Amino acid sequence: MLQSIGVKNIDELFDEIPGSVPVANFRAIENSLTEMDMVYRLAERAKRDELGSCFLGAGSYDHHIPAAVWDLATRGEFLTAYTPYQAEASQGTLQLLYEFQTMMASLAGLDVANASVYDGGSGLGEAILMAVRSNRSAGNRKIVIGGAVNPFYVKTANTLVVNQGIELVHVPHENGVFDPKQCPIDDPNVVVVQQPNFFGLLENVDAISNWAAERNALLIAVVNPLTLAVLKPPGEWGDSGADICIGDGQPLGVPMASGGPSFGFLCSKMKHVRQMPGRIVGRTVDANGAIGYTLTLQAREQHIRRAKATSNICTNQGLLVTAATIYMSIMGVSGLRNTASRCHENTRYLVAQLEATGRAQRAFHSPYFHECVLRCVGDVGALTKTMITEHGILAGLPLGEFDESLDDCLLLCATERRTHEEIDHFVELFNRTLKEG
Amino acid sequence: MSTIPTIFDTSKPGRLAGGQTPKEGDLTGLPNELLRESKLVLPEVSELQAVRHFTKLSQQNFSIDGNFYPLGSCTMKYNPRGAHRAASQPGFLNRHPLTPAFASQGLLSCFWDLQETLKTVTGMEAVSLVPMAGAQGELAGGLMIRAYHEDCGDFERDEILVPTAAHGTNPATATMCGYKTREIGVAADGDVDIEDLKRMVGPKTAGIMLTNPSTCAVFERRILEIADIVHDAGGLLYYDGANLNAILGKVCPGDMGFDVLHLNLHKTFATPHGGGGPGAGPVAVNSLLQPYLPIPMVGKLDDQYIWLDENYFPLTIGKLAAFMGNAGILIRALAYALMLGREGMVRVAEYATLNANYLAAELSKAGFQLAYPTRRATHEFLITLNREAKDLGVRALDFAKRLLDFDMHAPTTYFPLLVPECFLIEPTETETKAVLDEFVSAMCKIREEAQENADYVKQAPHNQVVRRLDEVRAARELDLSWSGTEG
Repeated sequence: MLQSIGVKNIDELFDEIPGSVPVANFRAIENSLTEMDMVYRLAERAKRDELGSCFLGAGSYDHHIPAAVWDLATRGEFLTAYTPYQAEASQGTLQLLYEFQTMMASLAGLDVANASVYDGGSGLGEAILMAVRSNRSAGNRKIVIGGAVNPFYVKTANTLVVNQGIELVHVPHENGVFDPKQCPIDDPNVVVVQQPNFFGLLENVDAISNWAAERNALLIAVVNPLTLAVLKPPGEWGDSGADICIGDGQPLGVPMASGGPSFGFLCSKMKHVRQMPGRIVGRTVDANGAIGYTLTLQAREQHIRRAKATSNICTNQGLLVTAATIYMSIMGVSGLRNTASRCHENTRYLVAQLEATGRAQRAFHSPYFHECVLRCVGDVGALTKTMITEHGILAGLPLGEFDESLDDCLLLCATERRTHEEIDHFVELFNRTLKEG
Repeated sequence: MSTIPTIFDTSKPGRLAGGQTPKEGDLTGLPNELLRESKLVLPEVSELQAVRHFTKLSQQNFSIDGNFYPLGSCTMKYNPRGAHRAASQPGFLNRHPLTPAFASQGLLSCFWDLQETLKTVTGMEAVSLVPMAGAQGELAGGLMIRAYHEDCGDFERDEILVPTAAHGTNPATATMCGYKTREIGVAADGDVDIEDLKRMVGPKTAGIMLTNPSTCAVFERRILEIADIVHDAGGLLYYDGANLNAILGKVCPGDMGFDVLHLNLHKTFATPHGGGGPGAGPVAVNSLLQPYLPIPMVGKLDDQYIWLDENYFPLTIGKLAAFMGNAGILIRALAYALMLGREGMVRVAEYATLNANYLAAELSKAGFQLAYPTRRATHEFLITLNREAKDLGVRALDFAKRLLDFDMHAPTTYFPLLVPECFLIEPTETETKAVLDEFVSAMCKIREEAQENADYVKQAPHNQVVRRLDEVRAARELDLSWSGTEG
C-alpha cells in the first residue's frame, strides 16, 4: 500500500502537519485491554450501582420492556446504519420512521411528528423556538411556563433559547396546578403546560388551551407518551387543541439508563410543519411507481439552509426511536392502554397504603396519574438516603430543592412493574424508617 | 425483494401480544373529560408478526456490519460489540438518572475516566460530557464563547467566521447562539484563504469555527498563523471535532491554538450510529472557558465522585439535557478507549490515513480526478466527477446510486459545495485492502457502464428494494403518516 502511494512509511503521510505543532503526548492513557478485561472492569463498576425497587419517576420510569424490543433494535442492520441519506439503501430505517411518525402523531392527536430530537428537555427548547418562528405576528417573545412543568426541562430549554431574545415567564403553580388567572402577562406568544404535570397531577387542559387560544398564543403540550394511551390527546384539548406536543420517549421501551440515550419526540399541527426541526420522513414512489420512503422537507435543515435552518440538529436518536416503534408495535393498543392504567392503579394503591400509615398525606388534591406528591412526617432527605443504603430502594424524589414549601414532600411513582407485595414491603420500611428517624 | 406493507396494513382490530399485556388498571377515579375517546392508531399484531416485520425492515438497510460504508466525515468504522455489551449491563441500564451520587460511584467513575481520557486526547484543560450530538456540542461551544465575551464586558462581538466549505451545522449553530455568520474563502490548495481571513477578522469577531483536517479533507497547514490572527483580534477558536479520527495520537487540537472543541464519540470513538443517532458530542475547553462548561460534570472529593453542578460552576451556560446526556454512549466510548489503549489510538489515525491515501492513489491511477492532487489525503479525501459529468452526462449522484448495486454504500456526495460533483470518501481504519480494491473496481466498472450506456447508470439503482425515489413528490404531496389508504 505504501508503495502504491509512493511513500516509505506511514509517518510520511503526516508530513503536511507543521513541525511547529507539538507531537501529541498520550502517556496518561493506559495500555490496551482485551475485550475480556475491559468488560471485567466495567462489570465491576456496573455491579456497584445495582439497586432494587424503584419508586422514583420525575421524568424517567421503570417499565417492562419486551425482550424482543432490544433483540431486534440491536440487529447490526439497525445498530450500525447511519442517517438514511441514501434512501434506496435505507428503506428499513425510513419505513420504520414513517411508522413511528404515524404512531406518535396518533398518540398526540396531531397531524405530524418528526423523526426525533435528543430528549424531552432539549425537545422543549426546540419546540419553543419552533413556536416562536411559527407565531411571528405575536408582539413579543414571551413564553409562559404554566405551573409545574418539569424543572429539568425548563432549565434545559432556557439554555437553548435565551440567546435568541426569548424570555421564559414562570407562573408558579397554584395548589400544584397551573391557574392562568395567576399569569402576570396577558399577551404571551407561547404557553407551555405539562400533562400530567411534574407533580403527577392532571391539569385542566381544556380551559388552559382555550385561554391560550383566546390570546392568540400557541400552546405547547409537554406529555408522557405512555399516558396518552388513556388521556385526552393534546390535539383535542379545548376548542382548537395544542399546536405542538413534545415529550421524552423513554417510557416507550427505553431503559432508564441514567437518563440517556433516550429520545425526544415532537408533533404538531400540519400548519407548523415547515418550522419543525429535525428529520422528517415522507412516503413517495420510485421510478416504477412502487411505494418508497425518503427524508423530506430538507429545505428546513442545516445541510441545505445553513444559517437559516430551523435548527442545527442533524444526528438525533434513531436507535431509540427504533426500539420505541418496535415496543409500540408489540404492545399495541391494549398493551399500551393496560400498562398506563396499571401504573395509575398501582400508584393509587401505593398512595393509599402510605397514607394509611399516618406518616404521609397527599400534598395536593387534583387528580393524579402515576406519580403523586406526599407530604411526610419526618426528614425526607434522610429517609431516601436510608432507603438506598439499607434497603437498596429508591424511595422517590425529595422536592425541597425545587420548591421550599415542599421541603417535607416526596414525589413517588409506582409503574406496572411494582407488585403489591413490593409496595407493601416498601410501605412497611417507609413507616419504620420515619418512626425511627 | 419488494416493498414491505406497513405494520398498520397487517393490523387486525383486537389482536394482541397476550404475553405483553398487563391486567387492565382501574381508571374510574379520573375525570371523564380528561380521558381519551379518540381511536389510537397503533398496530394490533401478534408478537411474531411484529418481530418478523421489523426483521424484514432491518434487511432493507445497508450498515457497517453488512457493507463498506465510506461516508465521508461520518467515520463509519467497526463498532465493537464488546463496547455495546459493556454498556448493556443491568447496573448501567437500570440506573435511574436521579439516583444520588453516593449510590452511583460505578457510573461516575466511568464518566471521570472518560473526562480524563478526552482531556489527554484533545490536549485541553477540562471536559463536559453532556452534549448529545456534535451539533449540540457546537451549540455549547458557541454559547461558551458568547458567555466569555460577555463576561469580559465585550458585547460588540456578534460575528462567527466559518470557511465556505464548513459543515452546515456551523452556521446553523452560530444562528442559534444569536450570532451572524461570515464566510471566509478557501484557497485553491484547500487551505483557508489567509488574506480573506485577515480582511474579515476584527472587533466584531466572536470566534472562528474550523475543522482540521478541514472539510476539504486536507490538513490546515497554517493553523497556528490562523490562531494568532484570530486571537490577536480578540476572537476565540472553535474546533469542530468531526475529523479528529485523522489526527488521534498525532497532534492535539489544544496544541493548535483552539480554545474550545467538541468530539463526535459516534465517529472517533466508534459508538454505533443507530440509523441516525444517538451520538455524543462532549466539549473540551482551555482554562479561559472552563467556568462556562455545561453541567453536570463529574468531580472528585476525598476519593468520592461527585456531580459538579451550578454550585461549583456558577457561570455555566446551563443544562443541555434533562439529565446527563447520552450516558450509555459515553460508557461505550470509554469501553472503546480502554480496548484501544495508548498505542491503539495512534494506530487509528495511522491506518485511517493509510487507507485513505491508498484509496486516493488507486482511484487517481484509475483515472479519477482528485480534488486536491498536490495534497496528502487525511483520513478522507475528495474526488470530483466533474469530467465524467461533462463527458458522459453521468453525475456524482448517479455514481452514488449505482455503487449501491455493488453492495457498497455511497460516499458523501456534493459536500463541500465548492468542489463540483464531488465524493468525500472516508474508508476508515477498519477496512482491509481487499475492500478498498473492490471499491476501485466498482468505480471503474460504473464508468465503463456509463461509457456504454449512460442511461443505465442514470437510472440506478437497479438491484435495490426500490428504484430511484421521487423526492420532489415527497416534498410536494406530503405523506408523513399512515392514513389507512395506499399511497
